[in-house]
Amino acid sequence: MVAFGQFAEVLIGGLLAGVLYSLVALGFVLIFKASGVFNFAQGAMVLLAGLALVRPLDYMVAQGFPVWAAIVLGLAFAAVVMAASAWLIERFVLGPLVNQDGLTLFMSTIGATFIIEGGAQMIFGSDVYPLRLFPTDAWFLFENQFPGGILVNKLDVWGGLIAGILVAGLAVFFQKTKTGRALRAVADDHAAAQSVGIPISWIWFVVWLVAGLVALVAATVWGTKLGVQFSITFLALKALPVLIIGGFTSVPGAIVGGLIVGAGEKVAEVYLGPLIGGGIEYWFAYVLALIVLLGRPQGLFGERIIERI
Amino acid sequence: MKADVDPKATMTGDVEPGQVMLSVENVSLSFGGVKAIRGVSFDIRKGEIRAIIGPNGAGKTSMLNVINGFYHPQEGVITFKGRRRSAMRPYIAASQGIARTFQNVALFKGMSTLDNIMTGRTLKMKRGLLSHALHFGPAKSEEIRHREAVEHIIDFLEIAHIRKAPVGKLPYGLQKRVELGRALAMEPELLLLDEPMAGMNLEEKQDMSRFILTVKDTFNTTIVIIEHDMGVVMDLSDRVVVLDYGQKIADGTPAEVQSNQAVIDAYLGVAH
Amino acid sequence: MLYREAGQFKSSYSADMAMFPIRQDRIALALLLVVAFFIVPFVASDYFLRAILVPFLILSLGAIGLNILVGYCGQISLGAGAFMAIGAYSTYKFTTGVHLPLDWFGTEISIPPLAVLPSILLGGFMAAIVGILFGIPSLRIKGLYLAVATLAAQFFFDWVFIRVKWFSNYTPSGSVAAPELNFFGLVVHSSIERYLLCLAFVTVFAFIAKNLVRGSLGRQWMAIRDMDIAAELMGIRPFYAKLTAFAVSSFMIGISGALWAFVYLGAWEPLAFDINRSFQLLFMVIIGGLGSILGSFLGAAFILILPIFLDQVPHALGIPISVETISHLVFIIQGSLICYLLIVEPHGFARLWAIAKEKLRLWPYPY
Repeated sequence: MVAFGQFAEVLIGGLLAGVLYSLVALGFVLIFKASGVFNFAQGAMVLLAGLALVRPLDYMVAQGFPVWAAIVLGLAFAAVVMAASAWLIERFVLGPLVNQDGLTLFMSTIGATFIIEGGAQMIFGSDVYPLRLFPTDAWFLFENQFPGGILVNKLDVWGGLIAGILVAGLAVFFQKTKTGRALRAVADDHAAAQSVGIPISWIWFVVWLVAGLVALVAATVWGTKLGVQFSITFLALKALPVLIIGGFTSVPGAIVGGLIVGAGEKVAEVYLGPLIGGGIEYWFAYVLALIVLLGRPQGLFGERIIERI
Repeated sequence: MKADVDPKATMTGDVEPGQVMLSVENVSLSFGGVKAIRGVSFDIRKGEIRAIIGPNGAGKTSMLNVINGFYHPQEGVITFKGRRRSAMRPYIAASQGIARTFQNVALFKGMSTLDNIMTGRTLKMKRGLLSHALHFGPAKSEEIRHREAVEHIIDFLEIAHIRKAPVGKLPYGLQKRVELGRALAMEPELLLLDEPMAGMNLEEKQDMSRFILTVKDTFNTTIVIIEHDMGVVMDLSDRVVVLDYGQKIADGTPAEVQSNQAVIDAYLGVAH
Repeated sequence: MLYREAGQFKSSYSADMAMFPIRQDRIALALLLVVAFFIVPFVASDYFLRAILVPFLILSLGAIGLNILVGYCGQISLGAGAFMAIGAYSTYKFTTGVHLPLDWFGTEISIPPLAVLPSILLGGFMAAIVGILFGIPSLRIKGLYLAVATLAAQFFFDWVFIRVKWFSNYTPSGSVAAPELNFFGLVVHSSIERYLLCLAFVTVFAFIAKNLVRGSLGRQWMAIRDMDIAAELMGIRPFYAKLTAFAVSSFMIGISGALWAFVYLGAWEPLAFDINRSFQLLFMVIIGGLGSILGSFLGAAFILILPIFLDQVPHALGIPISVETISHLVFIIQGSLICYLLIVEPHGFARLWAIAKEKLRLWPYPY
């Protein structure tokens, strides 16, 4: 019973941590679906959003603003920063690269990553800034059934809730709104979408804005978890295997992929780690992704691509 | 048509002129739910120019893709020089002597005309990694030997002036010519041309027709050509197969096909 | 001396296919080599040799290796650092002797310590073997998906060299010190010797790389890069073309890793080869020019000199910039330059150089 209790704790912790990966992965999926760009800068955008939130917030609290007002104003300021960066990226990086192949676009987002990382830290500072938007203590469930109960972090549950709301909102946006449909058209073929009068630069701006806001949401959760700091950018690297497993084009895939990666790496760390040296969380997700890639290159939820010539 | 399959042709090896070189039997191909080709059979005889025509979306390019192993049909068999197969890798088709040009030019954009055509010699070059690394002795003389062969093709196609130009910047007509050169460099027995004259003006079409006929006559290459220009098809081809909605609707000499009611309907759009 | 090829007639294909068909290029290269081998060692300061030229040469070699894979064969890799690490640690194991007990098979692998040069080459071979293994997915997956496979290599080997103490010979700190650099009795110790050693390696491998990319194999790589489907229909086997690119690329990157560890660092930790190293090499390749050997050198020079430049120049001008700001500025400039080059000139500095040469050939006429 103790063993099962421990397993349940590890599994639940893993699944919830996975949802947090999904939060970052969602930003990738959005941009990929709507522009065919694999946005390596998503992790850097989380850092930027986090810094643009926490620094003004700290400042306003220090100036004696009520906390709720500081949070609202901080969020608003961060949203404006994300909008500005979305505009800049569209205007100066991706706009000129319309109709280029995916690899070039990908490499340009690596360039954007470095610009954002350098710029964000130069403007907002490069220390660790703690953020307290959500409770960080834990519940202990089923204390009667298992000795010590099952530990569940409240923050992780909040993350799950937020991710759920976000996915529902995005689904409505993509399926029901005119902009959402235009986004899908642009993803299919830049030139064709342009030729039927879809304003591609506007669409790309919207997409990057939405992805920036998703990054902001991710930053609130991850910033509370780790503090806002440079290493948050590595989330992008954690989200990659999530995408591979779920498929680049699927919102549900991002969620399921996140769950699989989160649960898989925690379970592997606890049960496999001691056997081969520990710390395997570091690469487990990637090896999992590699296996999925070899078996099902389009991911679990991705669309199969027919090659033609 | 099946009656005149030569027993020799069912064995591996050379095919006599006029005999069946490649046969397509009952091939069907679909993507998901979409049927691109439905139960098509026809054959190609050695030394002939065989045209495949049909309206857009009839499955012509898919047919070529099946012949050179890029698509794997769900049903049916291809027999080439006596070897039967339904699925294989494209490079094996290439190594058996099938070369190809493409509807939308598929040149290697970052490379020069010369290098593009040299890639056609890949299968004939045998030197390995290490001797290439030193570019010495056998590797060098091999390179020079093939360069000579390629220069003959360049002369033949009259593209010597663009020998070192990157192909990405060439005008369309020249790109098509370079692509033909690349296929010829393979010294193929069967040459598949997918709309070699699309988008060309009359003069360019005449040049290209001349090249195709010369290739047929001098190298005795069997040629399959997809073409929309009926004048070109009638002038060049020995036999024509007509596809419509993935099905074969006619097969015969240009004159026969031209007077076939089903073909006329397909082109003029009679309700199905 | 004008840069002009008029009057240089080629009477054989052999002459036309020379590595540098234009005479002035050959003279310039010969001069460059003479200067690099015989003049630079005696005029350059110790600091310049040790802190700038040695890392420049080693990373140029790594960039050439990565360029073969990314620039010539079109297979993106974010795991170059891992292959440098494999080269470095394999070389270390070969120089200190390999003892690998294989209890499950009731046997053990035991190799006595080898000399430095064969160890470095074997280190390159180990990197090539692992490169082929991680290249196998490239036969099924393309583009970004492959980038993830190479990232898997990066993270996996980061972990291996930290956690598997066997590779660092169980040193308590996990840091590893290179043994004496003894080349057949010749001990490489001073900065000049280190520089000449690296220069020799880089010269040899740059020539090999140049030979490979202009021959049949190079054409196969580029064909796969430009249009893989058409390449296969031309009879190019993707299997052979891609895996040779992975092998050659990883081999050179592995050698550069061994040199980085043994000649430049002397003592190192796994962190020396983390993902930042991978990005550094990738940036060199993109900025210098995808698909250009010359570009690999230009890119390496730029990426190495940029932080030094930002450190020295504002300081000399009396503008105080903090160390932190410099590192952020380096990020911003590198990132901007990458975006700019991808938009304006995807072939990087090397292409700008080629344009300059083209202009020079026609000078003083505009066309």
